[in-house]
Amino acid sequence: MKDKYIVSSAPHVHDKTTIPMVMWNVVIALIPALVFAVYYWGLRALVLTLLGAISAVVTEAAIQKLRKVPVSVSDGSAFLTGLLLAYNIHAGAPLWLPIAGSVFAIAVGKQVFGGLGNNPVNPALLGRAFLLASWPTLMTAGWVKPRTGTLSGISNVDDIALNLQSVSPKAYELVTGATPLKVVQSLRDSSFVASINSSATEGVDIANRIFTNITEMGSLKNLFWGNIGGCIGEVSAFALLLGAAYLLYKNIIEWRIPLFYVGTVFVLSFLFGPIKGSGYSMMLPFFHIFSGGLMLGAFFMATDYTTTPLTKNGRIIFAIGCGLLTVVIRLVGGYPEGVSYSILFMNVMTPLIDKFTVPKAFGRIKK
Amino acid sequence: MRLRTFPGGVHPHDEKHYSASSPITLAPLPAKVTIHVSQHIGSPSSPVVAVGDEVKTGQLIAEASGFVSLNQHASISGKVTAIDRFPHPCGTSSLAIQITGDGEDKWVELADEADYMNLSATEMKSRIAAAGICGMGGAGFPTNVKLSPPEDKPIDTVILNGVECEPFLTSDYRLMMEHADEIISGLKLIMKTVNARQGIIGIEANKPDAMALMEKKLKGEANLEVIGLKLRYPQGAEKQLIYAATRRKVPAGGLPMAVGVVVQNVGTAFAVYEAIRYRKPLIDRIISITGEGIKKPSNLQARIGTAFSELVEFCGGASMEIGKLISGGPMMGFALPSLDASMGKGSSGLLLFGKKAARLLDEKSCLRCARCVDVCPMNLLPSLIASAVKYKDLDKAVEAGLNDCMKCGSCSYVCPAQIRLVQWIDTGKIRYTEAQRAKK
Ligand code: SF4
Ligand code: SF4
Repeated sequence: MKDKYIVSSAPHVHDKTTIPMVMWNVVIALIPALVFAVYYWGLRALVLTLLGAISAVVTEAAIQKLRKVPVSVSDGSAFLTGLLLAYNIHAGAPLWLPIAGSVFAIAVGKQVFGGLGNNPVNPALLGRAFLLASWPTLMTAGWVKPRTGTLSGISNVDDIALNLQSVSPKAYELVTGATPLKVVQSLRDSSFVASINSSATEGVDIANRIFTNITEMGSLKNLFWGNIGGCIGEVSAFALLLGAAYLLYKNIIEWRIPLFYVGTVFVLSFLFGPIKGSGYSMMLPFFHIFSGGLMLGAFFMATDYTTTPLTKNGRIIFAIGCGLLTVVIRLVGGYPEGVSYSILFMNVMTPLIDKFTVPKAFGRIKK
Repeated sequence: MRLRTFPGGVHPHDEKHYSASSPITLAPLPAKVTIHVSQHIGSPSSPVVAVGDEVKTGQLIAEASGFVSLNQHASISGKVTAIDRFPHPCGTSSLAIQITGDGEDKWVELADEADYMNLSATEMKSRIAAAGICGMGGAGFPTNVKLSPPEDKPIDTVILNGVECEPFLTSDYRLMMEHADEIISGLKLIMKTVNARQGIIGIEANKPDAMALMEKKLKGEANLEVIGLKLRYPQGAEKQLIYAATRRKVPAGGLPMAVGVVVQNVGTAFAVYEAIRYRKPLIDRIISITGEGIKKPSNLQARIGTAFSELVEFCGGASMEIGKLISGGPMMGFALPSLDASMGKGSSGLLLFGKKAARLLDEKSCLRCARCVDVCPMNLLPSLIASAVKYKDLDKAVEAGLNDCMKCGSCSYVCPAQIRLVQWIDTGKIRYTEAQRAKK
């Protein structure tokens, strides 16, 4: 027979989306955050990030060679995992820390399960959890001040009390030496509040003033731009939103998870966030959504394809679950931040959520 | 006009620019035609001619062999030279009647009914049945059957499908631009056959001139209207079109008549008009010969049974090395191994793709990205159906929606891992049918 053409099943056209295109676009969307980090902390932030990303790529290539499967690092997924891992480390960390995290994330978090598409939990978050369990002090102490601001985002300590340092050395140490979420966590801790000042009422008063101050416009602005202490990639809510807008526009992430995640945190922190005597405030939920890892988590990690539900309703349940756990950990748990544990936990729940949210076909009567 | 649409779906490039502006051209009379006895849904027609018989254009050569079946007619005059298996436009091969033309195109006698609008519904339907008309959008369901709903399912609305949501194809568009009056008459006739009070022509936003033309023509017709639809594939799918135009949801596994609607393609409406007014059998149709690989992209009025090779030749031949040949649209059409097949009643287009566009990408493993889930217009879980089929778990495939899938291809279209979801689903459907048969 002459004229032999390719015979394949329909459809015969395909949109331009491929795995590498998806992954590298997410990397592009994460670049603004890195630019801000370099601006605040200098080149060390860049070096740490690159070490994380490159060691992830090298680990993946090496394991794929050993497993004798095709090396697929050019698809960008290992690079992305390494990048996200490094974004969860602060600029003062030792240079080997992101390397250790990436090797673990790729080897144990991804390749053990057979590579891309098969890992049950987000490898970058697993890597972070591993680092936190193994070297807790390196991960949570030694924060570096941003070039232009303070660790807590409170720009003027005198606003809280004249001579705060002599009135309450403990409170002074807190507002100058801790990240915003740590400050809030300490203020919720009654034994800490009791130790602020020898006079209990004075102590509560100071605590309340710090609390109000940290949720004020001035501090929120610092939080939004990233002019605070924090992890490399988490610090600037603005930069992350910029990247997120790009991904939403490109149809690479879907709105359900970020919206319901951030929305849940917003509502719950408004309702349950105030401390004794502070009253409700519209500023507080903004503090909670812009602080810590929420923006990075909601837009870039809770939207990870492999480890989140397939079904539309499942994604909503997943996101509300993440939001609920995040707020619970922040407000009553033992850690200042809960984003990564929340997502990890919901990752584990994903198969179950998928199972119970199989959609009814168009035109099928709901049972 | 406020544009309407349906949930889910994708936005492929419409690629209509190749052939949208070329007017309908009469293809030369073919020297030979091959008319398949199975060009429709239902039982194959049974031949009523034998090799050696002389036939006229429009003469019955195979008749409907049951309630859901179709008449077939000679599309040229000449001699029956073979009744044998020939390549089918769906890529398979099946029984067909070959007629070698005498070049004279002698017709059977046609009529011109002056008062054709006022015939009885039964007479109209019998003329439609006699003319061998089936759905011309591709599916090919016999039209008279569709227009004979059971007593307890009254029809109040007829929707004409002028959506043409498949990329590349422009045959319906050209027909609307050049034969609007006939299409509207066809719509009115169809409404009479089912006693519907409302008629709708659904047209997508990428054909604003067709929309404007139809609107102008329908001005003053209280019960007829044009509904503009947002550009989205697969809007031309029956259930999606009904939902977009009327907000009615056809129950899963059910037919449009369950919600009082009948959908017909604009080409079908044109054929219905010709059949009722002139008693003209369906022996030709408009087909778009298009794609990057054809010299002169065209919309041809060609006789059923004309070999694709002749049509391509008439359009100037290939302009580049051809990698893929598609009968129908690029989303649901069939890739053909060669130009040997001939066009049928459902052939809306023939696409020629170059080598690069034809390249197949490797299937990677599923990312669970849920893009397929988000676009599925039937609200299914395509990746789950595919993997269930792959691991031979038919029950799970059914639970994820195997039987509700209409194979529109949206899921495969967006899959970043290039998984051939529709192919897996197809395999699943075949296995399911086999399993059901084995049970009986
Ligand atoms: S599963 Fe079927 S109906 Fe859904 S998008 Fe895929 S082909 Fe279309
Ligand atoms: S679109 Fe492809 S990769 Fe994504 S979930 Fe569906 S099958 Fe898997």
